[in-house]
Amino acid sequence: MVKAGVLFTSGTNCDEETIYAFRLVGAQANRLYLKQLKENPKILLDYHILCLPGGFTYGDYLGAGKILANILKFYLKDILIEFYNRGNLILGICNGFQILVKAGLLPDFSFTEKTSLVTNDSNKFECRWVYLKVNPNSPCIFTKGLDFFSLPVAHAEGKFVVDNEHTLNKIIEKNLMVLTYTNKEGQYGNYPYNPNGSICNIAGICDPSGRVFGLMPHPERASLFYQYPLGTNLSEALGITIFKNAVYYVKKNL
Amino acid sequence: MNERIFRILLIKKIPNPEERALLESIKDLGLKELPKVKIYNVYYLSGPISKATATKIAKKYFCDPVVETYEVTELSGQKNLLGPKSIEIIYKPGVMDPEAEHIAKALDEWGYPGLLVKTAKVYQFISNISNEKIYYIARNLLYNPLIQEIANQHSRSYFVRFSPKPEKSFKVNYIEILDKSLNELVELSRKHLWALNRDELKTIQEYYRKLKRNPTDIEIETFAQTWSEHCKHKTFQAKIIYKNGSKVEIIDSLFKSYIKKVTYELNKPWCLSVFEDNSGVIEFNKDYGISFKVETHNHPSALEPYGGASTGIGGVIRDCLGTGLGSKPIANTDVFCFAPPDLPAKEIPPDVLHPRRIIKGVVYGVRDYGNRMGIPTVCGAVAFDKRYLGNPLVYCGTIGLIPKSKLKKKIIPGDLIVLIGGRTGRDGIHGVTFASLELESSRFEVLSQAVQIGNPIEEKKITDLMLEARDQNLFNATTDCGGGGLSSAIGELARCGAVVELDKVPLKYHGLSYTEIWISESQERMILFVPPKKLAAFLKLAQLHNVEATVIGKLTDNKKLVLKYYGKIVGELDLEFLHHGLPQKTLIALSPKNKFKAKKQKRSKTLNYNQEILFRLADYNIASKEWIVRQYDFEVQGRTVIKPFVGKDNDGPSDAVVLKPLPNEDKGLAISCGLAFEHGEEDCYWMAASAIDEALRNIVAVGADPNRVALLDNFSWGSPERPKTLGKLVNASRACYEIAKIYGTPFISGKDSLYNEYKTTQGKILQIPATLLISAIGVVPDIKKVTTLDFKAPNEAIYLIGEIKTSTQNNIREFNPYLSKKIFHALHNAITEGLITACHDVSEGGLAVALAEMCFSGAVGCEIYLERLIDQKFRKRLIDSDLEFNLLFLEYSTRFIVSVPPNKQTAFERKFRGVHWVLIGNTTTSSTLKIYGLYKNLIVNLNIDELKRVWATALTNALH
Repeated sequence: MVKAGVLFTSGTNCDEETIYAFRLVGAQANRLYLKQLKENPKILLDYHILCLPGGFTYGDYLGAGKILANILKFYLKDILIEFYNRGNLILGICNGFQILVKAGLLPDFSFTEKTSLVTNDSNKFECRWVYLKVNPNSPCIFTKGLDFFSLPVAHAEGKFVVDNEHTLNKIIEKNLMVLTYTNKEGQYGNYPYNPNGSICNIAGICDPSGRVFGLMPHPERASLFYQYPLGTNLSEALGITIFKNAVYYVKKNL
Repeated sequence: MNERIFRILLIKKIPNPEERALLESIKDLGLKELPKVKIYNVYYLSGPISKATATKIAKKYFCDPVVETYEVTELSGQKNLLGPKSIEIIYKPGVMDPEAEHIAKALDEWGYPGLLVKTAKVYQFISNISNEKIYYIARNLLYNPLIQEIANQHSRSYFVRFSPKPEKSFKVNYIEILDKSLNELVELSRKHLWALNRDELKTIQEYYRKLKRNPTDIEIETFAQTWSEHCKHKTFQAKIIYKNGSKVEIIDSLFKSYIKKVTYELNKPWCLSVFEDNSGVIEFNKDYGISFKVETHNHPSALEPYGGASTGIGGVIRDCLGTGLGSKPIANTDVFCFAPPDLPAKEIPPDVLHPRRIIKGVVYGVRDYGNRMGIPTVCGAVAFDKRYLGNPLVYCGTIGLIPKSKLKKKIIPGDLIVLIGGRTGRDGIHGVTFASLELESSRFEVLSQAVQIGNPIEEKKITDLMLEARDQNLFNATTDCGGGGLSSAIGELARCGAVVELDKVPLKYHGLSYTEIWISESQERMILFVPPKKLAAFLKLAQLHNVEATVIGKLTDNKKLVLKYYGKIVGELDLEFLHHGLPQKTLIALSPKNKFKAKKQKRSKTLNYNQEILFRLADYNIASKEWIVRQYDFEVQGRTVIKPFVGKDNDGPSDAVVLKPLPNEDKGLAISCGLAFEHGEEDCYWMAASAIDEALRNIVAVGADPNRVALLDNFSWGSPERPKTLGKLVNASRACYEIAKIYGTPFISGKDSLYNEYKTTQGKILQIPATLLISAIGVVPDIKKVTTLDFKAPNEAIYLIGEIKTSTQNNIREFNPYLSKKIFHALHNAITEGLITACHDVSEGGLAVALAEMCFSGAVGCEIYLERLIDQKFRKRLIDSDLEFNLLFLEYSTRFIVSVPPNKQTAFERKFRGVHWVLIGNTTTSSTLKIYGLYKNLIVNLNIDELKRVWATALTNALH
């Protein structure tokens, strides 16, 4: 049985629909309470997939995801490394993505911050459906079979930035850039197609192994047909593919 | 080690969009030269730490090295740490600072216990600008003196720790009332902000005369809270002498005679809980109910928009949690009434915040609370009218999902009273009595403690804990601590009797008196009754969710409320008298003269219909509310089927939203609202009727079954002590009864907010227009059979359904509700059978605006022939220009525009036998809205992209 733990703490708020999406594709998924994980880190090894879902952990005070990122970086580092080295998967959605970059798990699992997600250029929270293009050369195991699809975003701090050119070059060279925002035709698009001003229109990145993936849009909110806007021309619920791929990967490799 | 204070300044290495936004706001202030401004976040740490430690904390935990650097300085003496042109905004001592609270808690876990944290913001003006101008900007944009202040000279007073030890030596205070004259009692009530009236004071005095003792302070405060307008709705319960010309009618309670009556007479089996719990509950399916409650938070939002709106939404979410044994919040609604955002500064009285500032503050408050809680804000409305200037209206609603088996509370003597959530401070004391007083500028200082800041993460933790504890059957009853604090919560729920030990209540700081603890309205707290044998399991679960939970008392069976403080009884109240002793108010109402004056149609100078349409689309009341709505997460929880924005590019204005509450069932839930306020001396009966009709139109338009719709009423009115104002309330309530009765739509919950007026320093009274919000909630049989307003394809038939009025000579709001009901049912049948591809109700802006919205939402053009609306014999008469104008723009009830594919027209027309409909045109392959006039000439020819641009940008440009 593929087991997915959805990390839960004060301010997590997308756990329910994320657990539902994992269960839809046959995983055994449940809340993984941070409190219990801190008391007994070994319980992480019961899982194949660690998912950091959307929300406002600890109110996003000190910056989105920052407090939980500190906890991962300084208090759970060893167990995360062990979990990763066993070939397991880590998925960060929205707040989860913010946490992964601020803990330095992305882009290279070095526990050193090289990238960040900051206030949208519009200086506003943005809730809208966006179009996404998948980089076919990316090692990301979560996006296999996806090419062009639509998901909703809902965030105030989603602008992807890097510390320097070197980091950006690495991300591009190694095809760690997994998802980019596009216009309706799948071409380069400005605001509001790129809802936050991310450099290179980046919506999601992975680590070189392709097993750690973070994205700002919410695939769990586009996992069933009725969640898609009635007017959209992309009527298939493709968000679910991301969860399906994760479960398939675990079944095949672990 | 001594207490030292360090200031951590975070400096952004990248452009900060907040600075650009601030410049826009400064531009709106009318400053000619725009200054350059830098904004910095500041965190103060106070405690026995070294500078090295403070620096380590800044580097390791606070700073995001990718985009920030930091600076740590020690605060010593009066040294000014700021540059010459900088100001720092800091919360006043005692004002809640949720960010600081969370950071202190995190630092505690990371090995730095006991640090006092405070947040602040620095604005550094780089260009040449006078200090006077800086203070002008600060006053208008950067801070609210009720809760914050400018901290240019750093004083240590911000970091004073409140006295570490509780004051156990105290005296029970008795208030001398037995021998007081009535006038003296009135004076006492005024002085203590009890807001008790003469009859009430007399009743209390008589009661204590019988007891042969004076009340203690806590007892009389309990009466003041429990008998407040806010908690008891004295006006709606009052006996009203209603004078209409020479006719006199006695109405024994508006609530019983109208609102509640319609529900009881309709007697719908699917109404599971009405007017008795914290929300009304209807049946959703065999296992689940849906709860809904809408509240207002008007006065606090006028004073401190952000705090007022956020605690408003926080409060109504707790109402949802306090329904039955806890209803899971699945959606929020919000409706606002503001003065226009671009009102010139000279029209704003002193002490009143500019509407643009109020709008932004309110929207940010709702956004930050709802989004952080993970509850989608899906449905709402915004109205703009100058009369809301001193007294904006803020309605917040929460819809919940609750298992039917969890609807009943059990009150069992012996159960423990457990308080969960945030700590208790001096916040919001006298909030409910404040709600019963008119706003008066001179009282702002006194009332400022009624203003608070919300802490959504605390409430999210409570929600998580409560829902898990509910499903594990760990408690028997619950209610929220809202207005009146513990006094109302325990007083209301513990009807069997209770002993409360006030010294057990966890405090934010010491120094509160026992009375303050009892009536404090500190946010994010709930009361639960836990059986003793389940206490251990409950406390363990609370720990898992990081929620503080404390036993503060016990239920008894003697129907007495006993309040203790460190073992001593400080108050003892007879619950029977507390709840039933309140004398019924008698009020006089005068029927307002029903002299109908037609609402002046807004008209641009020229009679150019193209311009007229664009002019209306840019009206803030009609224009896209996208600037507001996209700041709310309307997708979280993954239940939103019909979203607030629909159409080809997901940006058209939806009439209502549809949720899918349960993943395994295709039944949906539709939510809509109807908002009406009076335009001058118009009849409030038809105003209320229109609000109900609008809510129904919107909800039926998306596919809700009109047989399964329930309503909520929220009245916002001026002072009911004015007989004419009360007369309007009587007429509106009567309409609620009569129209809802015909429609078959019961009321399940409601709330009134009265005394909505503002007295300026010059003594001028600004009364709001009488305003009624009707919220509707209905079941959609199948979410696959819903409609939206956008035209879907060319060459489809367009019908107008409903009556056609051609003149404004009569009360345009009058309508035939029996006909309306027929239309709703016929339309619903047509939607369920899939005969309709698009459906939109005709409301503000009339036919022309509705058609424009359908075109640009679907990116499909249309051709409309107005002459088809006029019957033959009418057509022979001289057609005046008003007729054409009225056909295009008149607003009145129960009309819809629908599109029907050609092969379904016959079936469609059959459905609407006996209902007035006209085939007014068809959709086209062109991208224009074309309307042919009564002389068959082309009178409107507009590109739909242009229509959309004007509609989409008007309000956004005013708010940016």
